[in-house]
Amino acid sequence: MSANAQTLEQLIGHEYKQGFVTDVETDFFPPGLNEGTIRALSAIKKEPEFMLEWRLAAYRHWLTMKSPEWAHVSFPPIDYQAISYYSAPKTQADGPKSLDELDPELLETYKKLGIPLAEQERLAGVAVDAVFDSVSVATTFKEKLAEAGVIFCSFSDAVQEHPDLVRQYLGTVVPYTDNFFAVLNSAVFSDGSFVFIPKGVRCPMELSTYFRINAANTGQFERTLIIAEDDAHVSYLEGCTAPMRDENQLHAAVVELIALDRAEIKYSTVQNWYPGDKEGKGGIYNFVTKRGACRGVRSKISWTQVETGSAITWKYPGCILQGDHSVGEFYSVAVTNNYQQADTGTKMIHIGKNTSSTIISKGISAGHAQNSYRGLVKILKGAENARNYTQCDSLLIGDRCGAHTFPYVVVKQPTARVEHEASTSKISEDQLFFCQQRGLSMEDAVSMIVNGFCKEVFKELPMEFAVEAQALLGISLEGSVG
Amino acid sequence: MLRIENLHVSVEGKPILKGIDLNVKAGEVHAIMGPNGSGKSTLAHVLAGRPGYEVTAGRVWYQGKDLLAMAPEERAREGLFLAFQYPVEIPGVSNIYLLKAALNAIRKHHGLNELDAMDFLATVKDKTRLLDMDEQFLYRAVNEGFSGGEKKRNEILQMAVLEPKLAILDETDSGLDIDALKIVAQGINALRSEKRAFILVTHYQRLLNYIKPDRVHVLAHGSIAKSGDAGLALELEKQGYGWVEQLADAGA
Ligand SMILES: Nc1ncnc2c1ncn2[C@@H]1O[C@H](COP(=O)(O)OP(=O)(O)OP(=O)(O)O)[C@@H](O)[C@H]1O
Ligand SMILES: [Mg+2]
Repeated sequence: MSANAQTLEQLIGHEYKQGFVTDVETDFFPPGLNEGTIRALSAIKKEPEFMLEWRLAAYRHWLTMKSPEWAHVSFPPIDYQAISYYSAPKTQADGPKSLDELDPELLETYKKLGIPLAEQERLAGVAVDAVFDSVSVATTFKEKLAEAGVIFCSFSDAVQEHPDLVRQYLGTVVPYTDNFFAVLNSAVFSDGSFVFIPKGVRCPMELSTYFRINAANTGQFERTLIIAEDDAHVSYLEGCTAPMRDENQLHAAVVELIALDRAEIKYSTVQNWYPGDKEGKGGIYNFVTKRGACRGVRSKISWTQVETGSAITWKYPGCILQGDHSVGEFYSVAVTNNYQQADTGTKMIHIGKNTSSTIISKGISAGHAQNSYRGLVKILKGAENARNYTQCDSLLIGDRCGAHTFPYVVVKQPTARVEHEASTSKISEDQLFFCQQRGLSMEDAVSMIVNGFCKEVFKELPMEFAVEAQALLGISLEGSVG
Repeated sequence: MLRIENLHVSVEGKPILKGIDLNVKAGEVHAIMGPNGSGKSTLAHVLAGRPGYEVTAGRVWYQGKDLLAMAPEERAREGLFLAFQYPVEIPGVSNIYLLKAALNAIRKHHGLNELDAMDFLATVKDKTRLLDMDEQFLYRAVNEGFSGGEKKRNEILQMAVLEPKLAILDETDSGLDIDALKIVAQGINALRSEKRAFILVTHYQRLLNYIKPDRVHVLAHGSIAKSGDAGLALELEKQGYGWVEQLADAGA
């Protein structure tokens, strides 16, 4: 390997800047999982009966299941009895609090993460739901959103305050019998965000949830449910970080989106979980089920994800295109470095007529990382004139990493049109030298080239988040030269 | 401005440059000619600091500093510019973004503020007009899908915006049509000044009709076989490289 390629590799070795631990008093369950754990969890959250029954049904189903092994990732078996299923800052133990009552340590934590919760500090007018370990600690702009008829609150609050809505939609996209990790989540989920946009309402601001794992040996199992009624619009962003720890931690979330007639949901994720150290020790296992249902005619669901974190990422945000003329989109940038493993992609299920989907996936691998795209495009018999366009590009940095593409296409309708394009490239030394010859440092050159590679995805992110994502990529690729 | 003393360079153990001496003063234009494979691009790359070349002997002074000790980006920021023989494509990065990043990196190095967005745009648009380029090139990805001639012109656009002190143009004239050659030559001439020097690597006398060189050097088998004034280029045009190569062989 040439000198330039070596410096490039060193460069990619980045420091994780969100790896600190917040010192707060917590209430937590001792490790272990049984029916008693679930009953205790449901009780602590003062849940109605239907919720407990649902959890228990999921748990009983889970006991009959085996951990999936088909993904292109490898990890030692997880001991589900060694995980604590509930951890919450003490001050939060009973019910929602206003920001003034929030533990200053927590406020400080979010400030350090670049998410000032105090509303007056927000210039951008983005409402934030902050989830710390197992509970939502704060939701901003609640009142302002309520004026527009928008419900944006923690999942726990939604179960208390809007049980009928929760009952009507929960599990209708990702049923409690879905897959191993989704089923586990259904049994033990602790909190998450809930969004309801009523008929004809365009959500007046961007909504976002910020997930933070803090406690050791806990799993984070959050659940997000977003419902957009007829002609409703919403743009939602999710961000995540965790402290640096030597043990792996499990994050098994479920996100369900429901778009009714002509509704539009844009869901963007900037995921920056702790990826583990350079030797591959520690880091988050991110096994997530995200699915959206375009139930209504001309509805649209768009997933955009920028993934730089996790030791292992296993997620396939997908769309079920039921409504005629409905549209599903998936834009993804996945960066893996050192010993990170990512098996990610999407599922587009075309059911309605004239449905269309677009998949743009950009995978970047460096170090010893393995990056796989796995995508399913399924066109059912009734989906006349369905269209799909898929583009998968991989960028390799160094020669010990790998990129893999697993596209699955199932077409049962002859009028359907499915296109697939794929490419694999390397950052060439010619490109790097060219940039340096124009005065750019190696760091800036790499970051510029990588950002260029990801451009089609970044332009789908909401403005403020695009800037954040670019900065994050910058950090991921930062290091000392030579 | 630039003084090369007895420069020897090897690539993967194979000697390519075998003792180059060259002195370029501010305000001068030097042409370097010579047959394919004689080491012209190698010399240009070594001066710009491209990795992969091993300097086995010799020194290079640039503005009184040891050029070979400087990192490639530092050389660029100190005003050394290389127009590439084969410009690379950078997908997804717009020309204007690259220009801005490059210009700001150079300005920062000299303790200047970033250029105001409006001023920058005005300057860049000015230069595109000078080179008779459509403004839309600014918003296209760097060299992506550009024709051979457009890529060359794009290199000159970058030079015009970055205003280097020493510009090394590696066969910028190759691949240009007659009109484009004139425009590019005009662009170069517009930049000529007392404080700036040019090294033009070329195979053709044609370019030198538009840009009159102070010195012409013929590189053969890794060393300068002959130097002369503008007349030497004319002579080469008539007689080919054979006789100078013989000179080089005799000298070696
Ligand atoms: N990486 C390399 N490995 C091996 N040989 C090389 C390498 N780079 C250059 N060379 C050799 O060095 C010699 C000089 O090459 P160079 O590109 O400098 O020639 P040039 O004078 O610019 O030629 P042209 O007029 O064709 O552009 C050639 O013989 C070339 O094959
Ligand atoms: Mg050459």
